[in-house]
Amino acid sequence: MIGAFLDRRPRLANWIYGFTPPERGVVVLVHRRVYIVPARLGLMFAATLLLLLVGSINYAISLGFALTFLLAGLGLVGMVHTARNLARIAISAGRAEPVFAGEAAQFRLYLDGRATHDRPAVLARHVASGSQMVVDVPAAAAAEVVLAVPATRRGWLPLGRVMLETRFPLGLFRAWSYVEPEARCLVYPKPDRVPLPPPSLESETGGARSPTPGNDDFAGLRGYQPADSPRHVAWKAVARSEELLTKQFTGEAAAELWLDWRLLPTGSVEQRLSVLTGWVLAAERRGLRYGVRLPGVEIPPGRGDAHSAAALQALALYEAPGASRAP
Amino acid sequence: MSPAPHPLAPDARAVGSRDLAWLIGSLILVAAPHALRAPWWLSALTLCLFAWRFWYALNRAPLPSRWLVIGVAAVGMLGVWMEYRTLFGRGPGIILLVLFAGLKLLETRTHRDAALAAFLGFFLIITNFLYTQSIPTAGLMGAALFALTVTLLGLSAPHRSPRANLRTAGLLLAHAAPAALVLFLLFPRVQGPLWGLPQDAYAGMTGLSESMSPGNLSSLAQSDAIAFRAEFRGETPPHAQRYWRGPVLWDFDGRTWTMIPVLLRDFVPPAGGRQYRYDVVLEAHNRPWLFALETAASLPEGARMTRDGQVLASSPVRTRIRYEIASAVAPDADAQEDPRLLARARRLPVESNPRAAALAAEWRAASASDGEILARAIAFLRAGRYGYTLEPPPLGAHPVDDFLFNTKEGFCEHFSSAFAFLMRAAGLPARVVTGYQGGELNSVDSIITVRQSDAHAWAEVFLAGRGWVRVDPTAAAVPGRVEVGMARAVPQTAALPLMMRERLEWLRGMRDRWEALAHQWNVWVLGYNPERQRDLMNLVGIRDADWRSLTATLFTVLGVMTLLLLAWSLGRLARPDPVQRAWRAFCRKLAARGIERASYEGPRDYASRAARALPASRRAILRIGAQYIRLRYGSQASRPGVARLRRMVRELRLT
Repeated sequence: MIGAFLDRRPRLANWIYGFTPPERGVVVLVHRRVYIVPARLGLMFAATLLLLLVGSINYAISLGFALTFLLAGLGLVGMVHTARNLARIAISAGRAEPVFAGEAAQFRLYLDGRATHDRPAVLARHVASGSQMVVDVPAAAAAEVVLAVPATRRGWLPLGRVMLETRFPLGLFRAWSYVEPEARCLVYPKPDRVPLPPPSLESETGGARSPTPGNDDFAGLRGYQPADSPRHVAWKAVARSEELLTKQFTGEAAAELWLDWRLLPTGSVEQRLSVLTGWVLAAERRGLRYGVRLPGVEIPPGRGDAHSAAALQALALYEAPGASRAP
Repeated sequence: MSPAPHPLAPDARAVGSRDLAWLIGSLILVAAPHALRAPWWLSALTLCLFAWRFWYALNRAPLPSRWLVIGVAAVGMLGVWMEYRTLFGRGPGIILLVLFAGLKLLETRTHRDAALAAFLGFFLIITNFLYTQSIPTAGLMGAALFALTVTLLGLSAPHRSPRANLRTAGLLLAHAAPAALVLFLLFPRVQGPLWGLPQDAYAGMTGLSESMSPGNLSSLAQSDAIAFRAEFRGETPPHAQRYWRGPVLWDFDGRTWTMIPVLLRDFVPPAGGRQYRYDVVLEAHNRPWLFALETAASLPEGARMTRDGQVLASSPVRTRIRYEIASAVAPDADAQEDPRLLARARRLPVESNPRAAALAAEWRAASASDGEILARAIAFLRAGRYGYTLEPPPLGAHPVDDFLFNTKEGFCEHFSSAFAFLMRAAGLPARVVTGYQGGELNSVDSIITVRQSDAHAWAEVFLAGRGWVRVDPTAAAVPGRVEVGMARAVPQTAALPLMMRERLEWLRGMRDRWEALAHQWNVWVLGYNPERQRDLMNLVGIRDADWRSLTATLFTVLGVMTLLLLAWSLGRLARPDPVQRAWRAFCRKLAARGIERASYEGPRDYASRAARALPASRRAILRIGAQYIRLRYGSQASRPGVARLRRMVRELRLT
């Protein structure tokens, strides 16, 4: 297939497709990038036209000629309109939330019509994975496309090439174009569910058993602060008082926990990263304060969504192939 | 990774009930005229198939099995065979096609199936044109084409609102129309047919035939169908002189008059008489004869003349044709005729119509000359109190006797037949001429429309020294027929076609207008042929256009049009909105006074600069600037606000 041939020759593909990936910012499909060929239905339409023409000549039907030529004009116009349905569309990529390896990255693309006419039935198809979606792009507005791309390996997952295709209005022609917007999704290592290691006693605070807020025992309610986790909001109390209250806990587990690479002497890099990922998730779930240590990387202890995101990103990008490319 | 099914591929998408409804509706539009021609049970069966399919769509039931569909097809084909005794030919073929459209729907599951059914609909449109290409048919088929376009649009965009699809269909057809027009005018036309046509291809064309027996002209005369139209250049001859000559009948077997084999002669234009030049648009009648006013003084290209004065085309007239011809009314006599033909014109079957033969022999004995015999015969008809009727009583074994002495009621075929018989029995060479008499003058475009109901038959008698002389025995017996037309000659209660009745004057006025339009349609749309194409190319300066120059012109024009369309689709031809247009007009006015807007200058700065430079118009300029800013950047742009801006710009006078 030509597609496979071009995949092996990226520079030729770039020249043919009219762009060099990845494309930053908003990509506008100029006409030059829109390809068009008759669809199979178009060939059947042409065969019908030929039959009509021969019939008109044979029986000398004037209105038969008129019908044939009107349909021929319709085909011609249909071609221009099909290209128009795709041309000058503006594509921008949205943020893709990080996922764990083995899940599907949800890439968001925004197709902006930038025209006074709507663009019905535009297909966006992720070339590598075959993930696809059909949207109607309204006039002078944008439509959102979500492409679920399987994330197999940790690290940065680039979107890759996306094909846009349409057959509107008559289905006689197939117009398509390729885009490769700058978009990537962070893929965390696949978490491994193993028990948490014991709290480390080597911490500088010396394993103090202080009544610091923890996660174990319910200690009362206090006023909600924006940084509080939604998991700790006392929803029942909210229902009663219409005031946001946060549940407070105390416990030993509030002690700091170091999730250390060196605690895992065996296994491959990926296996160890998986275990560490599982630990980060478990620690976060239990509301512990934890830090992560990798060779050359250290995330100081902390807690909360931002902290866990930083920790997981460090795990995802640890010696990862695409890590050098800064976001 | 294996590729997922393509969601835009037509064979991967099921047809929704909305699109199916559009498809069925357009197929009904397309097939409706065929219902008038098909046996009723077939129309009912097709409608049932449509309804059946729609029931499936509404109930989301799985479609019937293939075997059931094949069974219905077999039953339908059997029915067609029982009706027509064949499955081929135009009539049964088209009926089968309509039936198959219904069957195709029963196995229409996907977008692709539905699109193919729509293509079949395109094909069914053209089958209607095999029967009629009138303006109403064209209108109905135009509506069907629109509906089929909406169907295809709906299939491509199942979630789009039907209103938007209607608009887009209109846009597509509007864009396609210029290309269609160019193709229609410039596509190199080939004169068909390319191969043999089915036996019944020309069935149902009405017109005069090669023979005449009592009853066949009067049944033809009950048809309102148009035979031909004639447009005179200059003066139009009066009704009584409009004898349009058709087949001449020589042989008589006692009941039926028939033609003799065609004898051509070199054309010699008649001398003398009043000359008329005119164009005739002749409807197809599947016979070679062309009609001309007696006596033809020039021949259309390719036409020939027979010895008995009939004009023949080179082949049967199977499409509507137009020809130019001239005639001389009442030319000088041509007294030459072949004696063998004269002998044939005296021949009579033995022992037929004895009473009439005896009467003629009586005249022969009592008369001194042929002219006197003629005068006696005419006087006999005048005195006979004969009735003119479209519903003549049936005649017995001796039709001429029966008509002359018993029933005394007949149509022109009875009068002409009886008269020619009497003349032959008296020893004069006589023949019957069929054709049309009169025709109606359209008050709108002065075109004479001759209908089948104007069909007429008269006689010609050969007199020594004067040649063949036209005698219209109907005119002698019923003078009104030829002076004013058939409508006044036949009693109102008789079975005249509706339009020929006298009292509906207002209806005739409307019909005149409609027929003037239909005539233009026939000449310019339906009559567009290779010849007219050449004329058109001559008009734009391309002499002797052949298919090569036509193709070159065609592709040039189409190419330019496609480029224009492409430019439109690129947004290059988009008109700026009215606010912007008004603002630009304002800027142009100021620029003409030397105050050009700099590219960095906003509307407020520009307006105030202009106001300072032109203190006389200061107020107006500032108001325009403010109004533009309000419309352009304000929260709401109202229609009256835009109109006000345009008015202010228009009325701005910079002194």
